[in-house]
Amino acid sequence: MSSLPDPLASIDHDRPDSDVYRVLDRDGSVLPSASVPDLTDDELRSMYEDVRLARRFDERMISLQRQGRISTYAPMTGQEGAQVASGYALDGDDWVFPTYREHALKYVHGMDLTALLLPLRGHRDGYAIPDDVNVLPEYIPIATQLPQAMGFAWGKELQGETDTVAMCHFGDGATSEGDFHEGMNFAGVFDAPVVFVCNNNQWAISVPRERQTASETIAQKADAYGIDGVRVDGTDPLAVYQVAREAVLKAKCPSADELRPSLLEVVLYRFGAHTTADDPSQYRDEEEAERWRRWDPVNRLERFLYETGRLDSETQSAIEDRVEEQLSAAIEEAEAAEADVSELAEHLREEPPERLEAQLAELESIRERYGEEAFRHS
Amino acid sequence: MSSAVTTQELTLVEGVRDALAVEMGRDERVMVLGEDVGENGGVFRATEGLYEEFGEERVVDTPLAESGIVGSAIGLAMSGMRPVAEMQFSGFSYPAFDQLVSHASRIRYRSKGQYTCPLVVRMPYGAGIHAPEHHSESKEAFFAHEPGLDVVIPSTPADAKGLLSSAIRDPDPVIVMEPKRIYRSFRGPVPDGEYTVPIGEANVRREGADVSVFTWGAMCEPALGAAEELAGDVEVEVVDLRSLSPLDVETVTESVKKTGRAVVVHEAPMSGGFGGELAATIQEEALFYLEAPIERVTGLDTHVPLHALEDFYLPNAARIVDAVESTMRV
Ligand SMILES: Cc1ncc(C[n+]2csc(CCOP(=O)(O)OP(=O)(O)O)c2C)c(N)n1
Repeated sequence: MSSLPDPLASIDHDRPDSDVYRVLDRDGSVLPSASVPDLTDDELRSMYEDVRLARRFDERMISLQRQGRISTYAPMTGQEGAQVASGYALDGDDWVFPTYREHALKYVHGMDLTALLLPLRGHRDGYAIPDDVNVLPEYIPIATQLPQAMGFAWGKELQGETDTVAMCHFGDGATSEGDFHEGMNFAGVFDAPVVFVCNNNQWAISVPRERQTASETIAQKADAYGIDGVRVDGTDPLAVYQVAREAVLKAKCPSADELRPSLLEVVLYRFGAHTTADDPSQYRDEEEAERWRRWDPVNRLERFLYETGRLDSETQSAIEDRVEEQLSAAIEEAEAAEADVSELAEHLREEPPERLEAQLAELESIRERYGEEAFRHS
Repeated sequence: MSSAVTTQELTLVEGVRDALAVEMGRDERVMVLGEDVGENGGVFRATEGLYEEFGEERVVDTPLAESGIVGSAIGLAMSGMRPVAEMQFSGFSYPAFDQLVSHASRIRYRSKGQYTCPLVVRMPYGAGIHAPEHHSESKEAFFAHEPGLDVVIPSTPADAKGLLSSAIRDPDPVIVMEPKRIYRSFRGPVPDGEYTVPIGEANVRREGADVSVFTWGAMCEPALGAAEELAGDVEVEVVDLRSLSPLDVETVTESVKKTGRAVVVHEAPMSGGFGGELAATIQEEALFYLEAPIERVTGLDTHVPLHALEDFYLPNAARIVDAVESTMRV
């Protein structure tokens, strides 16, 4: 296993053998071999604003969790550049199949901030898919979304919606599950318009990527299924945008010799804990995290925008203000939400089962007789 | 307990850890495998320190693949090892369900006794810790329905150690479901060193003459609470089944014959739950001793909700008191 390349080394552009696609250098300058993707200045600034919002969202959520105001939270710091950029690569009608960590991706594809917060407050409301937003609720069981995203994309195509792509995110750990292989294999066989995005953040809780697979890269797994695999620097939002956009366009309109599906291996790092219930010092070197922090996606995009005259301190402070306001408003709104016991029976089936309705009626009568306090377990 | 036995006050999850450490020390074939069980010591710390003590060959962080974990553990068991596989949460055991019900449960049967499957699968289960979706399931009936699989559920730290130790020594596959809500909520005396609790024996946790409450896992706490509340008016016997498969029919029947009334409490949904099995067994074995219909207090016939409504899903002492009183009115 020690013969496998150090993932950090492989994203270091100084290394000639690096096979990781990137646009920006570590300091945010454009690499001589690369070109800036076709985005307007406003789009680039708004990408930056979303990445800033994502970083602040993380900071606020971790603090709310510590105060007991939300339940377990999965931080995305270090991964927000790739999340936002892959979301930017989608068109409005495309679909997103996210994990529990894709808060920023969901937001850029149209979910409002309050909806992201509601499940963390224990409400199912935030899982609902608004009519005009094509985002599935977070998938918590690992890798289960791959075959589903494939089937969804396939189904849309079978019904004549040939211009709709499903984008499916997952981690490096997910590549070990049978569902990963089954989803990829079906996608290749049925040529479904699906883009698989593996956020290879090097860790599945405490288990390093080397323990998930002996293959050198995750992208190369695509070969086994006859589809394209691409490695991209996940700490470089412009590179992720470029690669994801190409994959989306190919899925919609492949040339004669191309299959629609792709597997993107987004090489990055989870800077913080797996969730607020996790302590990374148990299993990994803080030094490793420090080395990766030098590739901070937020700083890189910010430097790029400053250096190219697309951002100044005035605009930036306006962005910061908007971010804070938006977050505070969403937190306030989510904290005001209340749950009603009748929701327990809602949407289980088209018709609520009679037995469940009877169970709820009994619960109500117990509540009347013994009071709300009798229901406090914790 | 004989006076020679020394004990330590441990939590339930520490009881689990102690069983693993003692059994690994006793038998070199015992190994632990699963997600994050190694250096990290398990997300609930159930395997804490084992990696340092027994090394990476016996405490194995696997790839993230439940079917792979249980399938390879079945192979290990057939080859002569004594694997203890961890499912990080019972809600993630379903990729391994095929391996368990299609294979682990019938290796002895299919091979006409030539091969056996001395496998243990541990899994934290149950609600009440404000966990995200899929982290709160109570699906013991799935496993208890499968012939050839034993299913045990401790409710005390000592039973956690004793049942797991028995499971590890058992020549057949055993599913150990661990009520995570009470992993750390109290401490209890746990015998030092080797300690087993036989699989298939229920534990009468409180004696009483008027009504029998049958339950297991985290629901023992509200059942005991209800019994305490009713004490003086109604004497409630609380029977912790500890083992759903095999079921201790004798203890269940004797208790009903004594009290004439039965209430079954479990946190899984009512329909198709293990409570139905228990009620049928009681009717078969003790119908003419019953003085009232058997009552069930269970989780609702829906998914465990996110935490804003979780307390309403779970059975509580008030609901148990109510059910006991209603059997007493008959
Ligand atoms: C089927 C399944 N098994 C186990 C878990 C528990 N679990 C939650 S996250 C996680 C690690 C996931 O790692 P990876 O796929 O790399 O994604 P990351 O969290 O790093 O983004 C595990 C084991 C789960 N959610 N689902």
